[in-house]
Amino acid sequence: MSEPFISRGFTGKRRQPEAAERIPPGQYLTPGFPVLSAGPTPHTPLERWSFTLDGRVREPVRWSWEELLKLPSQSFTVDIHCVTKWSKLDTRWEGVSVDTLLEAVDLEQDARFVTAYCDGGYTTNLPLPDLLNGQAFVAYRYDGQPLAPEHGGPVRLVVPHLYFWKSAKWVRGLRFMDADKPGFWESLGYHNRGDPWKEQRYQGD
Amino acid sequence: MTEKSTPSEVRIRQPLRWQIATLAHVRQETPRVKTLTLSLPEWVPHRPGQHYDVRLTAPDGYQAQRSYSIASEPERSGEIDLTIELLDDGEVSSYLHQELRQGDQVEVRGPIGGYFVWEADMGGPLFLVAGGSGVVPLMAMIRHRAARQSRVPTRLLFSSRSADEIIYAGELEKLQAAHNGLEVIHTLTRSQPPGWRGYARRIDRQMLAEAIAPLGEAPLTYVCGPTLLVESVANQLVGLGLPADRIRTERFGPTGSPA
Repeated sequence: MSEPFISRGFTGKRRQPEAAERIPPGQYLTPGFPVLSAGPTPHTPLERWSFTLDGRVREPVRWSWEELLKLPSQSFTVDIHCVTKWSKLDTRWEGVSVDTLLEAVDLEQDARFVTAYCDGGYTTNLPLPDLLNGQAFVAYRYDGQPLAPEHGGPVRLVVPHLYFWKSAKWVRGLRFMDADKPGFWESLGYHNRGDPWKEQRYQGD
Repeated sequence: MTEKSTPSEVRIRQPLRWQIATLAHVRQETPRVKTLTLSLPEWVPHRPGQHYDVRLTAPDGYQAQRSYSIASEPERSGEIDLTIELLDDGEVSSYLHQELRQGDQVEVRGPIGGYFVWEADMGGPLFLVAGGSGVVPLMAMIRHRAARQSRVPTRLLFSSRSADEIIYAGELEKLQAAHNGLEVIHTLTRSQPPGWRGYARRIDRQMLAEAIAPLGEAPLTYVCGPTLLVESVANQLVGLGLPADRIRTERFGPTGSPA
């Protein structure tokens, strides 16, 4: 539509001006931390938990829970944006940068895409460059506490520059691929990449 | 690591376009819940459980969007019902409740979502668990089931705060009275009318066990409501032995609630 359709009588609740430029189009701020998942929350015991890098790598690598905790970690304060319209500013996480994880493997030349896979069977796909250069990490603490199961604990992927469904909860590994393969929501009508600043919510956006 | 299977029929979709719907009818369901019937110029059949996005635009270009579940069945063509709860401080719900009048127009796009859906050919038995306005997408399934004259054994366990807050109370009663395999089990968590014989507490493990028992081993289960209810119900169902891949969940706000 060329002319925007104006909703008669709508003025809207205005956001704080200093926050406005941090909120992508169509999003609103929430003080809470909503939970969205397609099924029950998995509860894998930590002694059976592991995190794996596999696929197009010279040698797959696997960390136990204790080994993951020993990797160099960082604190991240980031804004997050859910496709269901809420945004939350200045969320505080602690975890391991994907760059750090990748130091443990040699990627094949043709590794260009990644599938993050999770307990419960959830998957999401990302182009490899979206995970590099400090843009993505696997997080195990949120707001100073161990990450709660309903928010994806023990470990979730966090890729804050994309809609939050890309930040897969209960993540168990990254599989490097030579071709893109739509994940769970990406197969169900959601956008393949999900850039909130371009409002890439659904296929065709 | 197996990947979660997605519905075998992956539909080719057109890009979802915004369209201007007209408010054809308003129905007050409960003191805080209204159903808006919207006529759509580009109506397409939805899958019961899907939602639409609503977009409001102020004269200066400021926009707000929210998602609302479709309450109506896809057999009703040309229009959709959105059942909307008025939230405290709700930017969009307060506009839709208090400002939008019959004949007014509003921008929408959809239908959206492909996992929290049930169609008659998916079979059953069907176990539906709702908290408050979480009943809305489940009602689309129940109405679709009735429209298709499905006999899939279906039980709805429905938690409301009080009798006057039961959404679709009359229609659910009628559908149940038709004796075609739908049973509705209410629980009222805050107050109960004199002589109330249903449950009078929050949904718990015991209640779930009683409600699900007649449906056999592994009914296809849909749970929708506030986060805390969904989280607790889904965990308890897994604890009762229901396979996780038979449980589909949808959680909703008010998103300000800590979760």
